[in-house]
Amino acid sequence: MTHRGSRVLHVGALSRVEGEGALSLRVHDGTVTEARLEIYEPPRFFEAFLRGRSYTEPPDITARVCGICPVAYQMSACAAVEDACGVRVDPRISALRRLLYCGEWIESQTLHIHLLHAPDFLGRAGAVDLARTHRTEVERGLRVKKAGNSLMELLGGRAIHPVNVRLGGFHRAPAPGELRALEPELKRALDDALDIVRWVAGFDFPDARTDADLLALAASGTYAIETGTPTVLRADGTTGSFPLRDFTQRVRETHVPHSTALHSRLDGRTHLTGSLARFAVSGHLLSPLARQAAVAAGLGDPREGAVCRNPYRSILVRAVEVVYALEEALRIITAYEPPAHPATEVPPVAGTGHGATEAPRGLLYHRYALDARGIVTDARMIPPTAQNQGAIEADLRRVAQRAVSEHDPGDEELTDLCERAIRNHDPCISCSTHFLDLRIVRTSTDGAPPLGGHG
Amino acid sequence: MTTRRTPTLAVFKLASCDGCQLTLLNCEDELLALAGEVKVAHFLEASSAVEPGPYDLTLVEGSITTPEDAERIHTIRAASRRLVTIGACATAGGVQALRNFADVDDYRRVVYAHPEYVATLATSTPVSAHVPVDFELRGCPIDRRQLLEVITAYLAGRKPDIPGHSVCFECKRRGTVCVTVADGTPCLGPVTHAGCGALCPAYRRGCFGCFGPAATVNLPALIPLLRRDGLDEDAVGRFLHTFNAAAFDKELKP
Repeated sequence: MTHRGSRVLHVGALSRVEGEGALSLRVHDGTVTEARLEIYEPPRFFEAFLRGRSYTEPPDITARVCGICPVAYQMSACAAVEDACGVRVDPRISALRRLLYCGEWIESQTLHIHLLHAPDFLGRAGAVDLARTHRTEVERGLRVKKAGNSLMELLGGRAIHPVNVRLGGFHRAPAPGELRALEPELKRALDDALDIVRWVAGFDFPDARTDADLLALAASGTYAIETGTPTVLRADGTTGSFPLRDFTQRVRETHVPHSTALHSRLDGRTHLTGSLARFAVSGHLLSPLARQAAVAAGLGDPREGAVCRNPYRSILVRAVEVVYALEEALRIITAYEPPAHPATEVPPVAGTGHGATEAPRGLLYHRYALDARGIVTDARMIPPTAQNQGAIEADLRRVAQRAVSEHDPGDEELTDLCERAIRNHDPCISCSTHFLDLRIVRTSTDGAPPLGGHG
Repeated sequence: MTTRRTPTLAVFKLASCDGCQLTLLNCEDELLALAGEVKVAHFLEASSAVEPGPYDLTLVEGSITTPEDAERIHTIRAASRRLVTIGACATAGGVQALRNFADVDDYRRVVYAHPEYVATLATSTPVSAHVPVDFELRGCPIDRRQLLEVITAYLAGRKPDIPGHSVCFECKRRGTVCVTVADGTPCLGPVTHAGCGALCPAYRRGCFGCFGPAATVNLPALIPLLRRDGLDEDAVGRFLHTFNAAAFDKELKP
């Protein structure tokens, strides 16, 4: 135990997050001087080895960035390459893509709720531990998670790294009867999901407020998932949107004055993507049932402008989004007519294309430059966690400062508080394509002791 | 009668996407039953309760790409009675092994603003290149049924029943029409390790080899067939050099 007034806390391996990260906290004379989310995922160089690949390959290859949200990578990659080639797919194919994405939302959000996040509220180490006291709830969560996986397995072939997605659509479009066969499981999951919202609404939520700008896609007339325009709701209540092609001009990695860490910032300000941002930007477009569930759970009515800025309550928004995704999946299945061809032809065109979709954890941007033969000459991906890192660190500082000021907790309690603050955001550290340089730049010029004990 | 000590299970991750350890969490129907049979002693993605080794069964996901991980795998091995590698990264270096055929300094410059600060090895290598491994489970990602077979086999003290034949066998068993014969679609099924249940041909696409080479294959014999079905030399190269790049390359240049 270090001296309480001044101490350096380092947690070498964060648990119940996707991928590997650490946190470090510096407290000097009762003031938190530094709070960092460290990412030590080894670099995997996706943007480098995508160069020289065929334009048909990014959907399969980038799926491997993240096992927990492969569909997000496949959808953003398809959108970006199709944009470069000037192709719009058959609306019936778009509907199938949204259906597949609903499967990933259901699976991933339910995973986060039950296996990663709920244990924090109930004082348990993980889902297996949680099942000792809340077996019914854990089984219910696993059932809903499985329904999401069933959808992905039918439409995508498998839940992790689906094989059926291709540029322009799918290799094989399902027959209506195949999709209808999922209805009983999805309907049961919808009932379960409504119960999950009620269950989660009963948790004890600490007071907290993020002042970050909230960035999410906005689509015309529907809760944005697989397409939309980047739209920001600022802390002062103003909103604005910008064309996707301007993404890298608006979302930039910059230095902040008090730290050598690079942060992804939107117009120079800290921003947050993910469930809280989507609910703020598109909440009024939720289905009536999902909206009612949100109101009943205490989130307020998004049609009347309700916005949730408490990161602890993101678990509630996730639960509402699961309700929405299940309803949306059932709606798409009912309306489904197979497309004339499972994929729209996408002939190669020299140029640059942009694609963004709403991964469960937030906005995922891809950009590809192609030559006339369709060979990728440049690739860029900006994942949600890279964007959220600044907001997560702001939360860390706030949580730690409040605890230190109010009751000066021990190291263990402080660590626990900080880990919770990070888990609120469901950080997906495997997709840390831009994180490694951040950490290294920081440690090289910071004068801080090198990070030890990784894992 | 003495009560049997509950065996301990550990899961570790190196350079990877988390998909293979997620496969364990995707065993929704079996997860709680499994948790009754083993003590999950180290599984950071799933639990913040961490116990020190030795572990009876350790699953390792991911490849060795950093000096730290090259050290860490020895510590993991020393703490493990049985060590099973799961997935294409851990068994063959994974998609990140594409650096093995390139200049890693070029890769660094493409991705990072300050390439000189990125600590990485020039290669991505399988775990077996560093420490002895008791069993390698293939796939990008691994198959859930095969994972359960491996875990239950080790709990029962027997060898896992994971056949080494090719995807072609699985297509025949499934009754899927051969996409190469019927449609002239390039397919790596004849040389790829079984395990996925011949998923891609069932979705009318050619196998792209995410389970790596089968136990006995003649890869050079397949190349003319891929050329016949429309792949030029570059495309054949890319086809073989993706998720199990290093493993297929070894089959080409024994």
